[in-house]
Amino acid sequence: MTTVTPKDMPIPTQLPKPAPPVGAPVRMTGAQALVRSLEALGCEAVFGIPGGTILPAYDPLLDSTKVRHVLVRHEQGAGHAATGYAQATGRVGVCMATSGPGATNLVTPLADAHMDSVPVVAITGQQTRALIGTDAFQEADITGITIPITKHNMLVKDPAEIPRAIAEAFHLASTGRPGPVLVDIPKDVLQEMTSFVWPPELQLPGYRPTTRPHGKQIREAARLIATARRPVLYVGGGVIKARATAALRELAELTGAPVVTTLMARGAFPDSHPQHVGMPGMHGTVAAVAAMQRSDLLVTLGARFDDRVTGQLSSFAPDAAVVHADIDPAEISKNRRADVPIVGDCAEVISELIIAVAAEFESGRPDLAPWWQQLRNWQQTFPLGYDRPTDGMLAPQFVIERIGALVGPDAIYTAGVGQHQMWAAQFIRYEKPGSWINSGGLGTMGFAVPAAMGAKLGRPDVAVWAIDGDGSFQMTNQELATCAIENIPIKVAVINNGSLGMVRQWQTLFYSERYSQTDLGTHSRIPDFVKLGEALGCVGLRCEAEADVDKVITQAMEIDDQPVVIDFVVGKDAQVWPMVAAGTGNSHIMSARDIRPLFDEDGS
Amino acid sequence: MTEHTMSVLVENKPGVLARVAGLFSRRGFNIHSLAVGPTENPDISRMTIVVAVDELPLEQVTKQLNKLINVIKIVELEPAMAVQRELLLVKVRADTTVRSQVLETVTLFRAKVVDVSPEALTIEATGTADKIEALLRMLEPFGIREMAQSGMVAMGRGPRAITASPLR
Repeated sequence: MTTVTPKDMPIPTQLPKPAPPVGAPVRMTGAQALVRSLEALGCEAVFGIPGGTILPAYDPLLDSTKVRHVLVRHEQGAGHAATGYAQATGRVGVCMATSGPGATNLVTPLADAHMDSVPVVAITGQQTRALIGTDAFQEADITGITIPITKHNMLVKDPAEIPRAIAEAFHLASTGRPGPVLVDIPKDVLQEMTSFVWPPELQLPGYRPTTRPHGKQIREAARLIATARRPVLYVGGGVIKARATAALRELAELTGAPVVTTLMARGAFPDSHPQHVGMPGMHGTVAAVAAMQRSDLLVTLGARFDDRVTGQLSSFAPDAAVVHADIDPAEISKNRRADVPIVGDCAEVISELIIAVAAEFESGRPDLAPWWQQLRNWQQTFPLGYDRPTDGMLAPQFVIERIGALVGPDAIYTAGVGQHQMWAAQFIRYEKPGSWINSGGLGTMGFAVPAAMGAKLGRPDVAVWAIDGDGSFQMTNQELATCAIENIPIKVAVINNGSLGMVRQWQTLFYSERYSQTDLGTHSRIPDFVKLGEALGCVGLRCEAEADVDKVITQAMEIDDQPVVIDFVVGKDAQVWPMVAAGTGNSHIMSARDIRPLFDEDGS
Repeated sequence: MTEHTMSVLVENKPGVLARVAGLFSRRGFNIHSLAVGPTENPDISRMTIVVAVDELPLEQVTKQLNKLINVIKIVELEPAMAVQRELLLVKVRADTTVRSQVLETVTLFRAKVVDVSPEALTIEATGTADKIEALLRMLEPFGIREMAQSGMVAMGRGPRAITASPLR
């Protein structure tokens, strides 16, 4: 009898400190119990839209002085706002919707939060218990629908269980590998009287995330680090979620190894740090991609060997041994086999690695000088850069670079999905964790505006800029009305290239410049983003010339009592470089069209 | 690809079977057989799942199953170290001319007749997949009218119990 479950040797995480008991059971409705539970868990904001079945919950919400409800314009906006809030604050983001279409509109943001491991709790109304399963009005099996895209979900059938369900949802969402949890509550369960008791007892016998790494594995990893000649610290979003960025810096400086930060980890290690060689992956720097490709040891911290990082898996980092630390055992050896698997929270893993590596170094440390010479050579030969468009239009990269330079590293930047997102990841310098919020795994166009709204609500003291594309912006810009009315003054820089730029880029490169359905017509001002912004209660600005870029950004920075939309009209032919074409190996990285530095270097 | 038998202890809650079955199909793993039933603890159900996968995907499917919040424990049962049983109900054409031959086969396999009518017998048999298959092969010539077969249930040999460790 072989036990294959890693759950047999768990070190259980601490349960969250329950709020102080409120004394004897209090009689109230299920809806009141829901609001009381949210208050007790420290929830300060809920993004949502009321409707038939969730209505009972909105009544006590009106009286809550602790929970602020933000009335969004579309439930997708509520979900992404909760995600933005969670990423900006490190707390659980909460969204609420009614049954049926309200709940199904949360599907995209839940899938998004699931892919990017964001702690989100969604509360949905459901048809009354007697009507469930009868195809009643606005009935959708939302727990069934969201099984594959949530960390967990539950249907509450007894009002007495509401406090426990909500407490469990917060606990599951925020511990272990974070993720979204959906709680579906029938209308009559919200209406029924019950006894509210706090704190509830969590009943999660199957949930015991391992946070403390195994000492033997740590020592083995340290031994490899102490002998590697071409090590790379491959840093993913898990390092930010574990709040381990200070420890990461210490480990990096101790080892002297180069650091790459994935799309989800931008800001985990300062861009200004000399050991940072950039973002790896499909649109990563040549130095970062080459470093991993030629590495003899990948020290993987909270990253998951996503296909956008590895390219063709079979030819990825062929000479590298792999140390893989992740809080989710299922990520380890899922895509790339790990030589040293470490299950644990990145904060604990890194601090224990520092001690173990320091001990190993006492008997000598590897000479990384030749490795750095090669790295510097790649960096100098193939720096990130861009050409000015020949047609005299604004370069989108220049606009984004200037926003980053003028607004600075203390701000929070969100992005939609596409070319503008990649340029924002490349040309803004990130120095702090949590300053870059984007949709990495699911690649959800329309993420930028609602995520910025959630981030700004959670961090009102910080400037929040949504770097958006004209395609992405047209998917969720209705939330600017929410921002205007709720006094959430975000800035939106629409990088308007008149088309679905990333798709167009692929058509240029792989479909013989046949531009099928990628011209959005936004260069003919349909819609006119300045007028659209104004119609939604924002200040609308436009910039079409390089000479005006700094002036317009500064003008936007000076407005802090209203959201601002800037229509940056840019050329449509700019492309994202470097690029590893989908399905090809990372050695085929192109620093520009048809220029393959590593391939050429190999002479193969 | 080899067959693996997994005993999965899950919380006895609505929808757990859907979560498990959905995970297998979503991740591209084929379930050969699945049986669910109660355990000595009313809060816990036991699933016996037979899958045909290689070693590495097995590790992945186990880890993914473990991520389901309602899954409490997973144990792989080695065939040599476990008792494995399936249940078969089969209705065989058995008029007076062949009835004695059918009954002979039933005795040979230590099966049982659980229903009798002038033209047919209903037979109950338990055993390993091999035994059930052999019995069916022997009954086939008489004419099988209907059959129902359970998934496999299995339990490790010896005094140890997989539910013995405290859950919390």
